[in-house]
Amino acid sequence: MDFTLKIWRQENARSKGKFESYNITGISSDTSFLEMLDILNEQLVAEERETITFDHDCREGICGMCSLFINGRPHGPDDDVTTCQLHMRKFKNNDTIYIEPWRSAAFPVIRDLMVDRNAFDKILQAGGFTSVGTGGVPDGNAILVPRDDAEKAMDAAACIGCGACVAACKNGSAMLFVSAKVSHLALLPQGKAEASRRVKSMVAKMDELGFGNCTNTGACEVECPKNISISNIARMNREYYCAKLKD
Amino acid sequence: MSNIFSASIGQKLIMSISGLFLVIFLLVHLTVNSLLLANDGMMFNVAAHFMATNPVIRIIEPLLAIGFIIHIFYASLLTLMNMRARPVKYYKVNQKESSTWASRNMYILGAVILIFLVIHIANFYWKLKFGEMPTVNYGNGKIDDTYSLVSGLFIRWWWFDLLYMAGAVFLGLHLTHAFWSLFQTLGWNNDIWRHRLEIIGTVYAYIIAIGFSVIPLYFLISGQSN
Repeated sequence: MDFTLKIWRQENARSKGKFESYNITGISSDTSFLEMLDILNEQLVAEERETITFDHDCREGICGMCSLFINGRPHGPDDDVTTCQLHMRKFKNNDTIYIEPWRSAAFPVIRDLMVDRNAFDKILQAGGFTSVGTGGVPDGNAILVPRDDAEKAMDAAACIGCGACVAACKNGSAMLFVSAKVSHLALLPQGKAEASRRVKSMVAKMDELGFGNCTNTGACEVECPKNISISNIARMNREYYCAKLKD
Repeated sequence: MSNIFSASIGQKLIMSISGLFLVIFLLVHLTVNSLLLANDGMMFNVAAHFMATNPVIRIIEPLLAIGFIIHIFYASLLTLMNMRARPVKYYKVNQKESSTWASRNMYILGAVILIFLVIHIANFYWKLKFGEMPTVNYGNGKIDDTYSLVSGLFIRWWWFDLLYMAGAVFLGLHLTHAFWSLFQTLGWNNDIWRHRLEIIGTVYAYIIAIGFSVIPLYFLISGQSN
């Protein structure tokens, strides 16, 4: 398969970026999107040109490190997968593919397609944890957790923090990420003790870091590779109002 | 409660509460207006007289104005903040598969509705409050003949009919997203209720859009036949 790639090149956070065009030929349809970029980088090295910088790590869809806004969608055209799990068979031969970094005031570009997602870590540091060690594996029936709650908490905990929600949101809002983190702890007994303090400090940090406001378009949940539901946002809103009412 | 309204979620709470207030107002407004279709106009005039004189409605009227102002003010504030959250725009965006057009363009739809609202107030509210109104007497003293003001405008100017129908359609589009969205912001939502609220919201939006369109359409058709 042959492709024309329009790739965003940017020196650093302060410089102004621009698209550069690359032609790549002879790509197998079973090549993953990141492997295709690896092949392009190999070519650039051979030509002694500057390689394209992009984030990646596990390449099996669980670490949340890869990103890329491909043809107008975070993680590209395939549903429920991260960019590393996207394959070139999802494109047509001779397609022109636009590749941009996540664009958000809170995610400054480090270089080319790599963005700084430390903002998410700062939100987690503000309260996305339980302050005391919960010990080893407890006896199965020592703390009763309703199955529904356990399922919802697990679904919320599936968030890998890739930032596709922020990238997809027309407002650059981080509400889906924050609500997933708030929900998976608030639903379980170990997390409930600090639930009000947690939601207040995580929301305050989210606001401080310059993320936008949720207008409930639902784009985040559609683009989320882990299918995090926006019902978590409604739950976080409830948690937030209840916490604030007690102040 | 400290600082709740300076936080993003608090400001959205204000949007949803003022929105809920306006959603209820629209239903009352449409109920009264539907009496325009009873063609002698007596029922509408009596209802309009009740709305203009009832003390509870008198208290709610300024609250309604405040509700509109708050809704518009916070919408502008939040939109401005949202624009700042993405200083460099994407070159290529494909959101058709992930969200509805109305949900992405609520502020633009709101601005169109505001322009319509200004015209609407100039057409009716201003004249009712400050203009010289003809009166009618149904046996209990003279009351304003609001029916002749409304029907007169709609029968005389066909393009006002079209303008009001367009206004109703834009309002309906705004409401398709607004209704379930306000419950989501209030926290009254989950995976089950989301579909219910979306269905109720769509039905509500259609009732408002069709209801407010039928009235000028009725006068447009009856005006032509006279």
